[in-house]
Amino acid sequence: MRLLTHNMLSSNIKGVTNGFPLRIEVQKVIEKPVDFNPDFLRHMFPMIDWNALVEASRTMGYPDLPDSADAAMLDSDDFLQRFHHSLLELHLEEGALLCPETGRRFPVTKGIPNMLLHEDEVEVSGARAPGKLSGIALFVLSLLPLHFFSHLQ
Amino acid sequence: MKLKQLEGHLGSLQQFSNPKIELEQYPTGPHIASRMLYTAENSFGDVANKVVADFGCGCGTLGIAAALLGAEHVIGLDVDAQSIEIASINSEDLELDVDFVQSDVRNLRWRGPIVDTVVMNPPFGTRKKGADMDFLFAALKIASQAVYSLHKTTTRDHVKRAALRDYNAKSAEVLCELRYDVPQLYKFHKKKEVDIAVDLWRFVPQRIQGKGF
Repeated sequence: MRLLTHNMLSSNIKGVTNGFPLRIEVQKVIEKPVDFNPDFLRHMFPMIDWNALVEASRTMGYPDLPDSADAAMLDSDDFLQRFHHSLLELHLEEGALLCPETGRRFPVTKGIPNMLLHEDEVEVSGARAPGKLSGIALFVLSLLPLHFFSHLQ
Repeated sequence: MKLKQLEGHLGSLQQFSNPKIELEQYPTGPHIASRMLYTAENSFGDVANKVVADFGCGCGTLGIAAALLGAEHVIGLDVDAQSIEIASINSEDLELDVDFVQSDVRNLRWRGPIVDTVVMNPPFGTRKKGADMDFLFAALKIASQAVYSLHKTTTRDHVKRAALRDYNAKSAEVLCELRYDVPQLYKFHKKKEVDIAVDLWRFVPQRIQGKGF
């Protein structure tokens, strides 16, 4: 798993409000060189959470990113090379991702994180979720006895 | 890369050895997959140098097609560990670098819409009603440019209405109607092979300037 993927994922456990960034537990890091593509890096830069990338990169044994970065740095080839290396070439091969709020561990095996949840960790969401109800409405609904909803099944 | 070459590469991929019916695992054939990604790239510029996610990637065909057409970063997501294993072998065989995440796309949480394009051949929802719509809902939440998806032609009106009205898509367009040949994979299939009509869709998500969600 590349750090670009890590920069996108958030802990998805029910009730967690601050699920990003996932902490990284490292057992094995590998490097896979890819072609340097400055245009892609410039395209991605505004979308990257820089602090999370710096932290993750350090954990993976690559401390060469500056603590803060702004768009002006994208003119520097040296900066782009470092950004490139940390974003696309470092792979977490074995280890885990940890939810920053609950500490729940998502194992990473052969580079593949397992983000599957247990049934009781799943938030009710998706196309048919009551997404537009406010928190209060949901609270009121939760007070109603279950059989009230039985006709909806 | 030419369309024929792309189709040729995809034809060499290993497919499900033990497909799971509850997940509606049907391989995306090289014919459909190559046309889908070729159109995404050559007509709309949604693939090369982009971040592409393959939802319900199965053995990885669509994501691999995206990587072959120059996507810079490809993420394949699937609930099924065995599928991901095959997908990962497939991408290594072609010397491609694809990230896989084992997860249910319906409850994976993303930090923001930082995937450019989502490509998918979702479960059509014949076993579990509405499964394809759940995928579409999730895809439109995280794509910043476009979502390419296959849905049964019989559901065309429903898909369009839901995408525009409920999932906040800016546009929903059928690019072409394709024949999806379903090989006799499962015991309950009585005929040797059936053709079903599927639509290749392109959806454009609505993005408010700045952070979209």
